[in-house]
Amino acid sequence: MTRFLRHLFLSLSLFLIATPYIALAVDDPSEMLPDPRDEARAEAIGAQLRCLVCQNESIEDSSAGLARDLRKVVREHVAKGETNDQIMHWMVVRYGNFIRLSPPLTLATALLWGMPALALLIGLLCAFIMFRRRSVTAPLPLDPDEQKRLDELSRGKGQTDA
Amino acid sequence: MSEISPSRRRFLMAIPLAGAGIAGVAFWKMLSGMSAGSFDPHDIHAPAAGRVIPDFDLPAQAPGEGFSSTDLRQQTKPVLINFFASWCIPCIAEMDALLSLKKEVEIWGIAYKDKPENAEGFITRAGNPYTRIASDREGRVAIDWGVSGVPESFLIAPGGHIIWHGAGGFDNGNTLNALKAVLAKVPA
Repeated sequence: MTRFLRHLFLSLSLFLIATPYIALAVDDPSEMLPDPRDEARAEAIGAQLRCLVCQNESIEDSSAGLARDLRKVVREHVAKGETNDQIMHWMVVRYGNFIRLSPPLTLATALLWGMPALALLIGLLCAFIMFRRRSVTAPLPLDPDEQKRLDELSRGKGQTDA
Repeated sequence: MSEISPSRRRFLMAIPLAGAGIAGVAFWKMLSGMSAGSFDPHDIHAPAAGRVIPDFDLPAQAPGEGFSSTDLRQQTKPVLINFFASWCIPCIAEMDALLSLKKEVEIWGIAYKDKPENAEGFITRAGNPYTRIASDREGRVAIDWGVSGVPESFLIAPGGHIIWHGAGGFDNGNTLNALKAVLAKVPA
């Protein structure tokens, strides 16, 4: 049973990880590069480039005219044997860092990149404070009057004396 | 239920209220910025201003004469480069503004991904605001300029320096005023 669950979990997570890459598809198969390795590299670069028309899609996902043109440009540069960094630089020179779907780490984006670690740290700090307080404020033992009242309440007599 | 001191209760109640307050102020600032023209959510953050023009040589688009980056660099007065297309509705909308801008600055047009006959028909119908017109049939020169859509305009100083870049039509008062503010500063 656990083996089955583990397999199920593994295949589900693989599916979830792979889905975005399966979904990347060019409009027209003739756009694709003949060498599958080149094509995969071009798709990986394109997935990192913002479609400036739709803004929240990558150029690989978008069917806008400009996205198609930029896909073509990426494939031309890949075919010429340029590195990923060279192609990214070519795009950034023309369209600025806005075209990169993952912004580079600069002073302006430091908070953005640091936020996951910062949030984790704040969460751990909150948890630490709360756990410490809970151990300090352990309930005090009841005094005899309180114990008597608790016994009455447990017997169901609590409602009579308000 | 453990007891909460009144000051702590007030503090806990204030957190969501403060959050809502901050969000409210942020939205108000965005909306007022949008109507004042200082904030544009569609802004493409293109870094063209401050750079030099890319190298290109484009064929003529009737009824005008084509041009190259060399022609543009040799100008002694600022030139407004306007990317347009006959299939682009905002380009039709900004035509009246371009026709009146023509009196203040020379405008050179580049037809973006347009059939030559369609572009010619459009310019003839609209009344031609352009001194020279080139055709970028494939849209590849536009990519070198950093164009992300039409209409998009660049103000070029003598020597080929891009001193202003605006996305969107000049029928929008904010775009027009931004250009005029730059024009007022450059020696015409």
